Amino acid sequence: MLLVLLAVSFIVYFIFIVIPGGDPAQRIAGKVATQANILAIRKKLGLDQSFIVQWYDLVKALFTAKLVSYSNQTNVVDQIKQGLPATFSLAIGAGIIWFGFGVLVGTISAVTAGRISDRAITALALIGISMPVAWLGLILRFFLAGDGGSGVSWFPDGGYVPLSANPAQWFYHLILPWLTLAVLFIGFYGRVLRSNILDTINEDFVRTAKAKGLSSRRILVKHVLRASLIPIVTLFGLDFASVLGGGAIITETVYNLHGVGWYAAQSIASEDLPPLMGVTLFGAMFIVVFSLLVDIAYAYLDPRIRLS
Amino acid sequence: MAERLLEVKDLNVKFATEDGIVQAVDGISFDLERGKVLGIVGESGSGKSVTAMTLMGLTRGINARFDGEVLYKGTDLLQVSDRDMQNYRGNELGIIFQDPMTSLNPVYRIGEQIAEAIQAHENVGKRAARARTIELLRQVGIPNPESRVDDFPHQFSGGMRQRAMIAMALSCNPSILIADEPTTALDVTIQAQIVELVSRLKDDFDSAVIFITHDLGVIADIADEIIVMYAGRVVERGSKRDVFYDPQMPYTWGLLGSIPRLDRPRPERLHTIEGSPPSLINPPEGCKFRPRCPHAFDRCMQEPGLENRVETPGHLDRCWLDVDYKREHRDETISGGSTEAA
Amino acid sequence: MTVLDQARESGEVPLLEARHVKKYFPIRKGVLQREVGRVHAVDDVSFAVREGETLGLVGESGCGKSTLGRTLVRLLEPTDGEIIFQGKPIQSLGVRRLRPLRREMQMVFQDPYASLNPRKRVGTIVSDPMRIHDLGNRAEQKRRVGEILETVGLSPEHYNRFPHEFSGGQRQRIGIARALALRPKLIIADEPVSALDVSIQSQMLNLLEDLQNEFQLTYIFIAHDLGVVRHVSDRIAVMYLGKIVELSPAEELYTRPIMPYTEALLSAVPIPDPDLAEKRERIVLEGDVPSPINPPSGCRFHPRCRYATDVCKQVEPPLVDYGNGHLAACHHPLNVDEATLRRVEVAERHSPAEADDSALPQDSSGSSDPAFSSTHDTHSR
Repeated sequence: MLLVLLAVSFIVYFIFIVIPGGDPAQRIAGKVATQANILAIRKKLGLDQSFIVQWYDLVKALFTAKLVSYSNQTNVVDQIKQGLPATFSLAIGAGIIWFGFGVLVGTISAVTAGRISDRAITALALIGISMPVAWLGLILRFFLAGDGGSGVSWFPDGGYVPLSANPAQWFYHLILPWLTLAVLFIGFYGRVLRSNILDTINEDFVRTAKAKGLSSRRILVKHVLRASLIPIVTLFGLDFASVLGGGAIITETVYNLHGVGWYAAQSIASEDLPPLMGVTLFGAMFIVVFSLLVDIAYAYLDPRIRLS
Repeated sequence: MAERLLEVKDLNVKFATEDGIVQAVDGISFDLERGKVLGIVGESGSGKSVTAMTLMGLTRGINARFDGEVLYKGTDLLQVSDRDMQNYRGNELGIIFQDPMTSLNPVYRIGEQIAEAIQAHENVGKRAARARTIELLRQVGIPNPESRVDDFPHQFSGGMRQRAMIAMALSCNPSILIADEPTTALDVTIQAQIVELVSRLKDDFDSAVIFITHDLGVIADIADEIIVMYAGRVVERGSKRDVFYDPQMPYTWGLLGSIPRLDRPRPERLHTIEGSPPSLINPPEGCKFRPRCPHAFDRCMQEPGLENRVETPGHLDRCWLDVDYKREHRDETISGGSTEAA
Repeated sequence: MTVLDQARESGEVPLLEARHVKKYFPIRKGVLQREVGRVHAVDDVSFAVREGETLGLVGESGCGKSTLGRTLVRLLEPTDGEIIFQGKPIQSLGVRRLRPLRREMQMVFQDPYASLNPRKRVGTIVSDPMRIHDLGNRAEQKRRVGEILETVGLSPEHYNRFPHEFSGGQRQRIGIARALALRPKLIIADEPVSALDVSIQSQMLNLLEDLQNEFQLTYIFIAHDLGVVRHVSDRIAVMYLGKIVELSPAEELYTRPIMPYTEALLSAVPIPDPDLAEKRERIVLEGDVPSPINPPSGCRFHPRCRYATDVCKQVEPPLVDYGNGHLAACHHPLNVDEATLRRVEVAERHSPAEADDSALPQDSSGSSDPAFSSTHDTHSR
């Protein structure tokens, strides 16, 4: 696990170094910097060291929570911590919505396969999947929020209110971001689940369940859904982890939620390596932890794995 | 006379597919009495499994069409609503399938799956259902049922899984047990055990059995009456002795001749039925077996009816050939080999 | 028998020989994947197959017959023992040196539905082996595929069809065509007919026989049904829990089984004759094959054997030659006359350790070859 994180940090570092215009010293020194000035900054930041040493220093600083940003000298770990409430609020709420609706949509669509409801859901799902998140976010803001210009202001126009400060406002402010983030996943999960269910329905054990004289609801829930959900759990584990780890960059930016993703976006814009490194490793950590959780969930869901 | 449990009258099953209408079952009729074993024999695609599934109401769907009657104790199961059919399935008619591995849900314990069947039809508590399940597993010959009841299907061997399936099918004491190729996926040694088990349990549970197979050898022991199906139709029907010792349909001869036999000298070559079963979308004209029949003649362009053509009443066939001619020539096919002639 | 007689006279090397082949699968548990046990799938198996003959390999599922088949062609790595193909040991050849041999040994699998790639056309499935082994140019390959398809009873027009357009029997023909594409010497057929209807089974058995005559093929035919095996085999080996327990010329196995397990297997084959079926005594084997992780002590069949005595629990019976190339491993052999019994006992006492080797042909220096049926016993000398 630690190895995975180190490898990720190395790759991020490498990419950052090879992209053009990435020399942090030059950026910090400003547009009219003298060569001597740049060299001094380089020395101060340790940028004159070899590639490996620089990387090592960076990672060490990160793990001891001493890493500071190039551009504004703030502590990266503190910044990430500040972003956590917004990011977690966004991820958990959206996760519940997209998982719940994804399952619902997929199930309805599979059960009514070939009929109008299925076709309508399929069309909507495809629209949901193909809509860019940024665009959807802006459209929702424009038509439904604040004084975006449409005259309708049912929802606040972005921003985050901490749960501890005002739960109602917290919820109110998050509705649009949740929906924006969830739409893509609902469409996607719905499609995957639909095809899983349609495969499972043809399994022999479902025929057995019918032959036992079970009700169709029980067959659907106990036999079909259980088997069809197993692959969805993997998807969900990894998607949820990436959103928790600050992956909802666009949503956070569009709605001005100062979470981890937003922080990442800021750092990208200023080509600031340390925060990027911090955020990436933070995200990678969630992915690693959740893959482990997914494996455990799998063992619970499928006894063949548990016992072999 | 024993109680008549099932009367199938002129059953037709058609499926609409992309390629056209599939006439899977084409006007078949039979009766089943309590305590009897009816064998249905035929190749894949002969409609034998579709018949079984239709009795259970498992072929219902938007693309299926049914005609005729399936009278179970006087009620036409084809007319029963989907919801009422649930009460017949498992409770009045039980079924076991070919592949016991895929027929059991891999994620639930064997006991849970059997108890589920009991609780679907009877208002019993969890503990009572579990106790009944253990008793059923004991009856079908699972050793240590008290501990094996909590195993998952993959922890059972193939033969034990089929035993568990039988326990499940019999859990609500149905009057009819349908066994759809229950031995095909199993080792010969286990096949023999399963056939014996089914025949014993039929008496214990006082039910009737419909045993479907492609191998006449499997039912030589237990069937009372045999139906031979080809291309969705019944081509021969009679008592076990009629079909084995006085078969009237060249197709039946072919089925008998294809079985490698240990009770006879090894022939140079096995007899085969050349070609493959016909399309059910565009079946051949006249006798459906004509294109594969070595004895076909002009008259076979007209389809023969299912009639009694021999001395034994109740022995029906669909063949225009002269009975004496058939009795003279069928042994070439049935004993298959040229060695017999030598 | 004629094949075997010729073999003895010419003193040829067998096409394939297995010497003390073992295949164990480790069972791993826990995070560290510690080995906690081993599945003794194939446990010290020795036999030889002569060119042009068919060796039937029979047993219940879990007896290791499929594993043995796959190990012989090196689809699985043997844990121990020697596999000798055309006189050369191949058990430790690397991938590169094994490749030319793969042309000579092909497999046909049980499930005609699962063993053909559903996304490939029939022509591609059959020509792939030729492409992989660089045989001829495209036009030649295509012509050859057409020929092979005709040989196995399909039509060259099927070239562009997909497997799902065919029935089970036709698919198995495609599987056979694929195996034939490289003109192999040896075909290992793993339950090739058990998924098929009886009517189609017999077509397939006849086809395999015709192909054997046409292409001088050697078969190892794996099956669980002694009825099916009888029709194709010259000799038959019966396997139980990873071991060969009886090896005999085909007809003799049916008229004179020595091992009680073989007797039970024979009695399980259904007879399509109600009167005979009713009359005959069916030996129902109680229970299932025991776990190959901890096989029973002594004779592995003893827990299910109706003749078992104390000695069966303690001493593992060696595979001994009862004459005429009929080998069996049993303390209570059936259908054996007094004289043979006495001779075998003497032989066993003289060289018990070698007894197991009797399934092997002696090295070329040896004058006779018990695996190919010798009437005089090599051990008694």
